[in-house]
Amino acid sequence: MIFSIQRFNPEKDTSPYFQDYEFEIPKSATLLDCMNLIKWTQDGTLTHRMSCRSAICGSCAVKVNGHTLLACKTQASKVIKDGKVKIEPMGNMEIIKDLVVDFGQFWEKIERIKPWLVPDESEKPEKERYQSIDDFRKIDAGSTCIMCASCYSDCCSLDVDKGFLGPTSLAKAQRFIHDSRDRERLSRTGEISDKGGIWDCTHCGECSERCPTEAKPLERITSLRRTAIALGITNNIGARHVKAFVDSIAHSGRLNENILPIRSMGLFNISGLMSLIPIGIRMMMRRKNPPIIHKPIDEAEDVRRIFRKLRKG
Amino acid sequence: MLQHDVVIVGSGLAGMSAALEICGQLDVAIISKVYPTRSHSGAAQGGIAASLGNSEPDSQEEHMYDTVKGSDFLGDQDAIEMFTRDAPEIIYQLEHMGCVFSRTGEGKIAQRAFGGHSHPRACYAADRTGHAILHVLYEQVMKQGKRISIYPEWYLMSLIIRDNVCRGIVIYDIRSGNFEVIRAKGVIFATGGYGRAYRITSNAFANTGDGIIAAFNAGVPLEDMEFVQFHPTGLFGQGILVSEAARGEGGYLINGKGERFMEKYAPAKMELAPRDIVSRSEQREIDEGRGIDGKDYIYLDLRHLGKEKIMERLPQVRQLGIDFIGMDCITDPLPIQPTAHYSMGGIPTDKDGHVIIDDKGTQLTGFFAAGECACVSVHGANRLGTNSLLDAVVFGKRTGIAALKFAKGPRLSDMKEDEVLAPVKERISAVFSSPGTESINDIRDELKENMMSNCGVFREKEGLNKGLEKVKELRERYKNGKITDKSKLFNNELIEVLELGHMLEFSEIIFKGAIAREESRGAHSRTDFPKRDDRNWLKHTLAYLTEDGIELKYKPVTITKYQPEERKY
Repeated sequence: MIFSIQRFNPEKDTSPYFQDYEFEIPKSATLLDCMNLIKWTQDGTLTHRMSCRSAICGSCAVKVNGHTLLACKTQASKVIKDGKVKIEPMGNMEIIKDLVVDFGQFWEKIERIKPWLVPDESEKPEKERYQSIDDFRKIDAGSTCIMCASCYSDCCSLDVDKGFLGPTSLAKAQRFIHDSRDRERLSRTGEISDKGGIWDCTHCGECSERCPTEAKPLERITSLRRTAIALGITNNIGARHVKAFVDSIAHSGRLNENILPIRSMGLFNISGLMSLIPIGIRMMMRRKNPPIIHKPIDEAEDVRRIFRKLRKG
Repeated sequence: MLQHDVVIVGSGLAGMSAALEICGQLDVAIISKVYPTRSHSGAAQGGIAASLGNSEPDSQEEHMYDTVKGSDFLGDQDAIEMFTRDAPEIIYQLEHMGCVFSRTGEGKIAQRAFGGHSHPRACYAADRTGHAILHVLYEQVMKQGKRISIYPEWYLMSLIIRDNVCRGIVIYDIRSGNFEVIRAKGVIFATGGYGRAYRITSNAFANTGDGIIAAFNAGVPLEDMEFVQFHPTGLFGQGILVSEAARGEGGYLINGKGERFMEKYAPAKMELAPRDIVSRSEQREIDEGRGIDGKDYIYLDLRHLGKEKIMERLPQVRQLGIDFIGMDCITDPLPIQPTAHYSMGGIPTDKDGHVIIDDKGTQLTGFFAAGECACVSVHGANRLGTNSLLDAVVFGKRTGIAALKFAKGPRLSDMKEDEVLAPVKERISAVFSSPGTESINDIRDELKENMMSNCGVFREKEGLNKGLEKVKELRERYKNGKITDKSKLFNNELIEVLELGHMLEFSEIIFKGAIAREESRGAHSRTDFPKRDDRNWLKHTLAYLTEDGIELKYKPVTITKYQPEERKY
């Protein structure tokens, strides 16, 4: 088998390159076992992180054939394609050496969501604070995150917008916002509804797909969006976008793409609306603009009936 | 040269608990070879003990007695009394910090049964309890912001002691390859255990005893190093941990004949006897040909628990089986074997983490230790499950308080930077200038195999002597070890070479202690001396580094309430 591993030592290399190692996979070896054996028996300079080798410390995430996963919990034989596997460092982070990346910004973004419980200090019980099993379940999944950054590495929104908080931070925020013991639900939800927060996720689903635990960031982000709407935190582009989207479908069974950006920006958001004009012109010039007259679908009444039923229930 | 009032090495439960006591009052720093959330405390699964009595009545006295009995009467009872008394308060503090715990129907912290405990006493967060506590402590550390300095991915090179006073440490920045000296009034080691020297182990790659060996080489004795706990349920192959919670929730151990063999060894407690006894029972079944298909594993059978209970209480256990050996415990029994798990021995301390260097209680000024690297000793010859997380948090906190009190007093002592750096740099240049005729990987493999076969679950004179000679041979070969990565930047090949050096050093101490101790007690089981011998061996081992090599001395066990008795389950 060929292990094609990206190498880069800035002390001597000008840019990253791939090095191929020929290696026979021992029976039931994990990918981490193989990377270690390559390091220990073929090339001691190959550099990667690891520690627990039981999928709980979050050290060994790498990109394998283009997608990030934990090397320790992946059977090597399963990622071989046509006799070959490609291993690269995680994305959305700077490379330090070979497969080792800089987590600096990742942790800064975790710290930005105030990642600690803010309980009601006025009543400090002598024993534990009670929490129902149902309330425990609301935070159980989110709290299983091991900070491996697999989701962060493969996040499409981060790829185009470095200001995005990222899936890990938002999943961590959910764990506090939905904690029955926390007293800052409203302000926390407000903060993550701003730019760079929950509404900047494009819900491509890569994060939940890559997540090696039950944290599944997309599910956490979705539940935070529901919370934000329920709490009435709707004075932002994201929430307005969702509302306009739903209204349009409920009304005509089809998205009104002329109105959507205007309502998302907000009718009184003059500078925001102005910023749409050049985009609109470019769309027209390339003939990508939607029809000026918005027509409902033929079965619009059926859609309205569904909505009425949903809203009643 | 850098300076802090108190510097803590290790960022697991003990290290962070200590830091949280000191921050805001004195300048404190945490040094860690990994990023804090990667610390091995996070791998603990089943629970943390405290006599909360949330599911049935319980008491501190019973927790104390169970721990004393579990320790095979080698635990110091004054320390155990305090440890079990502090436990409930510590759990409530963690809960108030926001730690996620599984709950009872009433909303209290849920508790489950565990080996050697007479009541359901393990507070848990599904089967990820260590992870839940590690992350909540790190949240509290983040909350402190700049009041706690963190040096992630820095490696401990040496401990500086002059005239029986601890002055600081020398560390190495893995990322840049630079050395730094940190002057400190107080130094706390919370560097974890030393199980990595075994081929079958539940330990992380990081658990290489760096702290204990730095202390040993600075003149500190090491206590009870021969006591290495084997956990009964390591996944077959590498020994990845399957939580004792699996048995706490009702799992069976089955031999090749389909029998629940614990009937023969611990009829009252069955699978929930303490770990030393269960591991020995498994090993005996395997050695006598009653492993599965006569091979060297037996089954952990959870199928009768049902899918719902497994998914709710043991989700990680199930996932580990699926990911690492391709077996789903809902439908298949899991092949398991004893795995090197916990280090009872370590740096001798008192109840407040002060390092004690002899049998008279003499403190080493300014040096503290807590958690698995320390030996208080609350676990004696065998630790009970769920007492390790408790140990790390209770003694981390107590040690933090003691170090804070101490470091408010003295001034930072003067130190010549070049003088303390010279031996460290010499050591590194020796590694780089070695003839390179020996493979580090071969030496490490041979060491691990040697520890398994000559110093494992069962031990006897001939094997121990052979094993000790082998370690000495490996130490010679190590001097010619080959290193290929010569770069300064993130050179973890260099770190692995240094770690192997530490493993070779402590392995020799384990062998020395094990050869001398001619009895069977807790995790130290000699087939040639199968009985416990209280007349001659009710005492702690202390290993010192002298000019002639390792010298063993002993100190008495503190017995207050419970006289040693025969240990039956």
